[in-house]
Amino acid sequence: MSLSATTAPPSPAAPPSPDVDRRRSRGRLLNRLDVKYSPYLYIAPFFLIFGAFGLYPMVRTAWMSLHDWDMIGEHSFIGFDNYTRLFSDEYFWNALVNTFGIFALSTIPQLLLALFLANLLNRTFLRAKTFFRMAIFMPNVVSVAAVAIVFGMLFQREFGLFNWLLSLVGVDPVDWDGQRWSSWFAISSMVNWRWTGYNTLILLAGMQAIPKDLYEAAAIDGASPWRQFWQITLPMLKPTFIFVVILSTIGGMQLFTEPLLFANGNILGGSQREFQTLAMYMYEMGIVNLNSAGYGAAVAWAIFMIIILVSLFNFLLVRRSAK
Amino acid sequence: MISASQRLWRTSPLTYVALVLAALLSIYPFYYMLVIGTRSLDSINEVPPPVTPGGAFGDNFGRVLDNDAANFLTGMMNSIIVSSVVTVSVVLTGSLAGFAFAKLKFRGSNALLLAIIVTMMIPTQMGLIPLWSIMQDLGWYDTLYAVTVPFLVSAFGVFMMRQYASQAISDELIEAGRVDGASTFRIYWSIVLPALRPAAGVLGLLTFMETWNSFIWPYAILTPENPTLQVSLSFLSYAYYTDYSQVFAATAIGTIPLVLVFLVFGRQIIGGIMEGAVKS
Repeated sequence: MSLSATTAPPSPAAPPSPDVDRRRSRGRLLNRLDVKYSPYLYIAPFFLIFGAFGLYPMVRTAWMSLHDWDMIGEHSFIGFDNYTRLFSDEYFWNALVNTFGIFALSTIPQLLLALFLANLLNRTFLRAKTFFRMAIFMPNVVSVAAVAIVFGMLFQREFGLFNWLLSLVGVDPVDWDGQRWSSWFAISSMVNWRWTGYNTLILLAGMQAIPKDLYEAAAIDGASPWRQFWQITLPMLKPTFIFVVILSTIGGMQLFTEPLLFANGNILGGSQREFQTLAMYMYEMGIVNLNSAGYGAAVAWAIFMIIILVSLFNFLLVRRSAK
Repeated sequence: MISASQRLWRTSPLTYVALVLAALLSIYPFYYMLVIGTRSLDSINEVPPPVTPGGAFGDNFGRVLDNDAANFLTGMMNSIIVSSVVTVSVVLTGSLAGFAFAKLKFRGSNALLLAIIVTMMIPTQMGLIPLWSIMQDLGWYDTLYAVTVPFLVSAFGVFMMRQYASQAISDELIEAGRVDGASTFRIYWSIVLPALRPAAGVLGLLTFMETWNSFIWPYAILTPENPTLQVSLSFLSYAYYTDYSQVFAATAIGTIPLVLVFLVFGRQIIGGIMEGAVKS
């Protein structure tokens, strides 16, 4: 009221001028356009940026993998030669074995431990719940680079904590980055440390979604907590467990930073490639050696295929075992 | 109706022993970082290894700042800039798209949403090699554009916002906005965005942490002269891994901001992660 008083108030008696009429119908048109088409505007940023920097590079990786591709020079179409070359490339197989070794050493203990901890955290009358949840999730807050640096010192030969602990029980110092099994163990421990808490929370969330009356009914029937865990918790947790397994697979197959920093930046992963992973080999072929980018792209697609196969295998395995 | 055996099980002190042990193992490396980062170089190579912090942090961190090869301050500034820009963008674009998917009707919305969910399964590393050459072509090699622009949107962000918006915002609220003559964008800005604040906060925190900690792509596309913090740390540790006091002081400084954020907002972050897990 006070605002309109300062400007000229329209006379209520005057009929709407054609000008106002036109403005109104234009307003209605804009309104219709807004309701009908503006949603596309709101989702456009995602599709534009993802298309340019996510999807397009994926497709181009496939295209490059069919070429003998030099990043700074020529490239020629060679069909599936890069893929057949993978089968006879001992460094590729070496990286594959390393990746699976580290994957097994990190994923299996990690998920079992996470399952155990989640089951403890799921106790109804547990005290200091928030404290325990935050404490075990803390490692996930640290960057992979920082984890690799700190564990690098823990696994140091001369003054590292692990070798000192071993010396207490009379074991000779281990040259952690000098042998295959010990480097796998060291790298796996970094992965385990960083991700156990995260998986614990996801599994805990899954456990808490299980209806409580199932447990109550089982308790009335006299089922022990251990039995309840096997017969109720595990089967009901199946979808969450599959989710966690697939996430771990995607992460494990792409392991890069921990072994790279453990090797002090050496992309070969140890003098004899003892712990070069597939992702490191892809990086070596595609980014470090610019002239074999096509082959690097083939390694990238191979990793992608392996992720799908391993995820599928795990999916079927978990689904069958939990029935 | 809780049986005696169940009561026995849940109050077992062994539960607490196991959880305290897990908590200690989780926290110890942080403490170790502080012990080494605050000790003089001579005192870290003792046997048995030191377990208490020292007073040499200033000296150690001074060596980091004097170290021209590490470019630590540049890395810190770059990380702050990149993480902030990416966070703001992911929250805005995510909430806008999430709102559209949850509350607006448009052709093909189901298929488009499905497409976004599928992209969450694709490992981004698979595009690393061509992305590297695309950045060369754009002239973005060794620039902050290269580590910012591709991450301005996030499929997870869109999905999370969509889940939250479809629960937290009633259709009547949006209808009321329309009756008042507000445009769709106005409804988003004045009604939806404020209502999404709790989820936007969690998404922002997660995005900030992820961007701050990201390594492979910045490592591939940035030089040691213009690094992000994590890249700077990695070069510092390659070149000076014998000077652990210096390296750990730098690592601690790069880690402490996130630990503080986590100590303040940990409850919300954990809540967000657990909620996301059940829904997906």
